[in-house]
Amino acid sequence: MASDNVIQLTDSSFDTEVTNFKGVVLVDFWAAWCGPCRAIAPVIEEIATEYSGKAKISKMNVDENQMTPGKFNIRAIPTMILFKDGKVVDQITGAVGKNLIISAIDKAIA
Amino acid sequence: MDYQLVIIGSGPAGMTAGLYASRAMMKTLILDKMGSGGQMLKTHWIDNYPGFVDGVSSAELTEKMLNQAKRFGLEEKYGEVSFIEAVSRKHFRINLVDGNSIDTNAIIITTGAGPKTLNVPGEKEFTGRGVSYCATCDGFFYRGQDIAVVGGGDSAVQEALFLTKFAKKIYLIHRRDRLRATGVVQEMAFKEPKIELVWNTTIEKINGENEVTGITVKNKISGEIKEIALTGVFIYVGIEPYTDFMGDLIKKDSLGFIITDEWMKTSCEGIYAAGDCRAKPLRQIITACGEGATAAYAVEHYLLEL
Repeated sequence: MASDNVIQLTDSSFDTEVTNFKGVVLVDFWAAWCGPCRAIAPVIEEIATEYSGKAKISKMNVDENQMTPGKFNIRAIPTMILFKDGKVVDQITGAVGKNLIISAIDKAIA
Repeated sequence: MDYQLVIIGSGPAGMTAGLYASRAMMKTLILDKMGSGGQMLKTHWIDNYPGFVDGVSSAELTEKMLNQAKRFGLEEKYGEVSFIEAVSRKHFRINLVDGNSIDTNAIIITTGAGPKTLNVPGEKEFTGRGVSYCATCDGFFYRGQDIAVVGGGDSAVQEALFLTKFAKKIYLIHRRDRLRATGVVQEMAFKEPKIELVWNTTIEKINGENEVTGITVKNKISGEIKEIALTGVFIYVGIEPYTDFMGDLIKKDSLGFIITDEWMKTSCEGIYAAGDCRAKPLRQIITACGEGATAAYAVEHYLLEL
């Protein structure tokens, strides 16, 4: 599967890619040692392919980037935050199914 | 017919059923609402799966099980089941939440189980902000802090031990006066200076404003109520099965676990169950795998029946 569709965010690219971006962005906060994060990873990739051009699907490694997770008070992973025009519109904590993630994105796009 | 067999749930039971079914040349799909691994991904390291002398990470074991099954042709799909219809003999229709459906001759349910909640005030509000059901996922965020682990079984004690990597102090809160965990695991907890056992105690309330700042506990014997200041509560008080979507199609016990015979056959002909969603005495990766293999073997025989 083309994982190039999932944008890998860093603390320094966050503002450009998310805060100042016009449109819908899903940010999946994850880490290599988090099992449930691994379980949703292939789902995130599939969504990125399906929503190509409609929503930006991105990931941030909380091990390598601590500023942004701190700013959004992330204390559990996976946590997915949905942004629209740079503002938080939805948040999902824990590993959930594909349908739940998609319906949150669809709502944000609408 | 889309498939001869659809396996619902991609934990160790499902992946092993997929391996055996694919090797038996059945056209098989494994369906899960997310990627493979199931509950075993909630623990980091597995020391009791045979063959791995020094243990194995749950991520590695998951990847190996899935790839092994896929080598023999197992197909994978992400989807969530809404309900199942028994159309006719050897014909089931699995209706998905997204509106699509899949037709199959037989089904193995390996949906597993998830953590039980304590059902105390504050628990729901602070989930993800101090309340956690996954130490592997969230322990990292509690470095140098005081936390509590609730429960007395293998999961509770093992995860309390895991959390000593991060936390400054861990209150292991148990409602009884002895642990249920395996002997060797108990011994390690007793020797661990960071762990304080709090016996005969229940959590009455999880306190905080935006996030957890403490808990209110009650000693069941003295009746004494006190507060403990801490920032995290990890809850391991047992599991409940993911079987609601099956409705009344198959027989379950009073807790919702699926009742089967030794062939993993449920009360509905053509539907089998394996792993943690099944009513049984021991829930381990190895038992899930054994049942998954048995269920696939049973389906193979069932499909040959006239």
